[in-house]
Amino acid sequence: MMRGCSSRAKQNQDRAVCMTNCPTLIVTVGLPARGKTYISKKLTRYLNWIGVPTREFNVGQYRREFVKIYKSFEFFRPDNEEGLKIRRQCASAALNDVRQYLTEEGGQVAVFDATNTTRERRETIIQFAEQNGFKVFFVESVCEDPDVIQENIVQVKLGSPDYTNCNTEEAVEDFMKRIKCYENSYETLDEVLDRDLSYIKIMDVGQRYLVNRVLDHIQSRIVYYLMNIHITPRSIYLCRHGESELNVKGRIGGDSGLTPRGKEFAKKLSQFIQAQSISDLKVWTSQMKRTIQTAEALSVPYEQWKVLNEIDAGVCEEMMYEEIQDHYPLEFALRDQDKYRYRYPKGESYEDLVQRLEPVIMELERQENVLVICHQAVMRCLLAYFLDKTAEELPYLKCPLHTVLKLTPVAYGCKVESISLNVDAVNTHRERPENVNIHRTTEDALQTVPAHL
Amino acid sequence: MHTDHRIVRLSRSFLNAGLMALTMNMSTEQKKLTQTPLLKIWVPWMGCNLNRRRGSSVPQFCNSPTVIVMVGLPARGKTYISKKLTRYLNWIGVPTKMFNVGQYRREAVKIYKNFEFFKPDNEEAMRIRKACAAAALKDVSAYFTKEQGQVAVFDATNTTRERRAVIVSLAKEKGYKVFFVESICDDPEIIAENIKQVKFGSPDYVDRDIDEAMEDFVQRIECYRASYMPIDDEKDRKLSYIKIFDVGSRYLVNQIQDHIQSRIVYYLMNIHVTPRSIYLSRHGESELNLLGRIGGDSGLSPRGLKYASALANFIRSQEITDLKVWTSHMKRTIQTAETLGVQYEQWKALNEIDAGVCEELTYEEIQENFPEEFALRDQDKYRYRYPKGESYEDLVHRLEPVIMELERQENVLVVCHQAVMRCLLAYFLDKPADELPYLRCPLHTVLKLTPIAYGCKVESYFLNIEAVNTHRERPANVSINRDPDEALQTVPDHI
Repeated sequence: MMRGCSSRAKQNQDRAVCMTNCPTLIVTVGLPARGKTYISKKLTRYLNWIGVPTREFNVGQYRREFVKIYKSFEFFRPDNEEGLKIRRQCASAALNDVRQYLTEEGGQVAVFDATNTTRERRETIIQFAEQNGFKVFFVESVCEDPDVIQENIVQVKLGSPDYTNCNTEEAVEDFMKRIKCYENSYETLDEVLDRDLSYIKIMDVGQRYLVNRVLDHIQSRIVYYLMNIHITPRSIYLCRHGESELNVKGRIGGDSGLTPRGKEFAKKLSQFIQAQSISDLKVWTSQMKRTIQTAEALSVPYEQWKVLNEIDAGVCEEMMYEEIQDHYPLEFALRDQDKYRYRYPKGESYEDLVQRLEPVIMELERQENVLVICHQAVMRCLLAYFLDKTAEELPYLKCPLHTVLKLTPVAYGCKVESISLNVDAVNTHRERPENVNIHRTTEDALQTVPAHL
Repeated sequence: MHTDHRIVRLSRSFLNAGLMALTMNMSTEQKKLTQTPLLKIWVPWMGCNLNRRRGSSVPQFCNSPTVIVMVGLPARGKTYISKKLTRYLNWIGVPTKMFNVGQYRREAVKIYKNFEFFKPDNEEAMRIRKACAAAALKDVSAYFTKEQGQVAVFDATNTTRERRAVIVSLAKEKGYKVFFVESICDDPEIIAENIKQVKFGSPDYVDRDIDEAMEDFVQRIECYRASYMPIDDEKDRKLSYIKIFDVGSRYLVNQIQDHIQSRIVYYLMNIHVTPRSIYLSRHGESELNLLGRIGGDSGLSPRGLKYASALANFIRSQEITDLKVWTSHMKRTIQTAETLGVQYEQWKALNEIDAGVCEELTYEEIQENFPEEFALRDQDKYRYRYPKGESYEDLVHRLEPVIMELERQENVLVVCHQAVMRCLLAYFLDKPADELPYLRCPLHTVLKLTPIAYGCKVESYFLNIEAVNTHRERPANVSINRDPDEALQTVPDHI
């Protein structure tokens, strides 16, 4: 019997019903240093997190593998026949891999990350997509602000394999010349000539957007996401509530209050936050007593989100793992077999949680400095989004009590600082045991249960 | 008063906490948390912190009120968009009201003669029209300051830069945000269709025949055309706006300032005007329905199975092109859909309201075990949250992605549950929060919703298979001290 699944993709007996019918090819467009790779990686991360198998294909990567050593911008000169040949080959190789990913490897979305600045190149891609039954959606980034471009170059180009042996000035100079090579032949997406294409044009890092012919649900979600992200520097702080009464008893779920140590953590959290001197910090909690109690100690305004509530363990609410093994040994084993998709009877799965948390992620993207006080499973889901963890890893991410994770976006990813506030607490992290078979012994099942009262 | 159901406005919740606090032992620790009885929200017991908390009660998502300003020639869908947007925002819990300047004009100038009223050189009329716009803006202010409105939709042509500048400076003075929605369309077919759908029925044309009305309206549009200055992408680059081209084939979005504007843009980009119908139905009668028990995950009764077949026949007879079928994850809706013999999609978000500790109880058992909860529910059925369960308000939030996808889709059949169907129906029929939980959604009845003009036509089809009644009206006595038989006065019959 099918164990329920999210609304993204379903198996109905032997019929697959998907929100996204045919695969989608997202094609970036824009001069170098316009944020195409930043957008590609972020979009890929988001789509995978919400359950849409997505992969990015960076043509520059293919080029670096082909032409082992990057000499200078001259490679990109429009009259460099040899260079052009290689670049065309790399684009073809990448498209080939796209085809394989979307038709044979179960991919839903492929992000084709390259400059794609000429209509001719884009036409080639459109034909490729048509032949293979893929939908095409263009994402163009247009920006003329020299400060933004400079910052881009500093953040991501200087560290690129192309420039490992150059000093900063040399690298910047070479890169500027590289951009020039593209400028003359750049044909931006045109309102009239390209009116039949589906695309979003992002101007000046999100000041303005032009959106044309959104065809389906996934394109609509992509547009919404792209319109909500920004690059203003900020940090996101994630932590759990302070240690709770049920935590010390080794019981899951419930709605208990903080232990004395939990209250101590709340105080220390308040001191920590003040010491960080964060401008305009927003604080979010769930609607469960333990996160609210923790936030109260901060003496600042906070918002309660019901969707930040801990995973609903259904019939297992407030049980110890020993009791779950005792009453529901089959369920306990199934959970260990696939912790991400497993849904508690009358409860939720991690997969359900991710869906529930999507508006939180969207709002976190819109916001700047935020402290989210939540719960173990919830924090794992949020962390997996920021650190691009897979569904298999997500339910086993370590999110101990009394520890704050400070996430700061940097270059293409996220810097994580883990700050323990030095207040002891029980360990609530249960590793996957070796034996996940439904016939395993009680001992095998309880092998990894952390200690408790 | 609306509550953004995702975000708790502490001012409301501490009113409830205040009630609890009065009955509580005052010797408890200053910052002890109590759970408000109705909403089941944890709040600090206020005591002397009353004044301090008030400042933190403003929800972050709507700090300053927002004025949405429509822009466009007549018959470009401004009122259609205004009404739809207002309906959507109210449904998700953002108090929103529409101000249609044409309405003010009709009240000022009782009888509409002809298009000459709109001629740019008609000074008398110009004065009246300016006065009407001013009156509407005054009402917008009153809505924000006295009625706790959060969004006002200012529906008028606003086709000159001058008029728009007036609005922007007024808003700046009062601390309102402004978001423009401009609709641009030159497709003569769309415009003609618009005029047919909504102008002929207008009070302005009640005594005209169709050709006369059409001709007059076309002249009316011409009156605006000469002075029409669309929002300028260069000169107006500091304004926040969305331009909608050709009924949604293209959009230009500039300077989104905040969450609500982002949600508005997302919504506007998902709606369409392609004719279609939405069919709403509950699952067939279930085993638990027969027993008068709420919630649970039971299968269909024999009559329920009959309904599933009848539904299949009905759907076939409707000859719908490209019908999408959606169910919840619960057995009874899936069983119902299975008989249709077509592909269907399961949404967990369509699951019935979670009755928490009351799951699978009869109303009699709820009265016996949780009489106070039962009374609180009757006091405010929309906001009441079952212990360890959900409220209708929570349901609406859960269903928002379903509504968004319904807007994107064309013909859809949704097989769901009583509370869920009430929420969806309230969205389509613009029912307020206090009516929503009492909307009638009987078993074995399909509701066919077809958008027309500014609203939705509803056709109800009872498929002639008997079923229990599961609709419980609000009883006369909702006090927590009422007698059991007063509480159970409106419980429908069951086994």
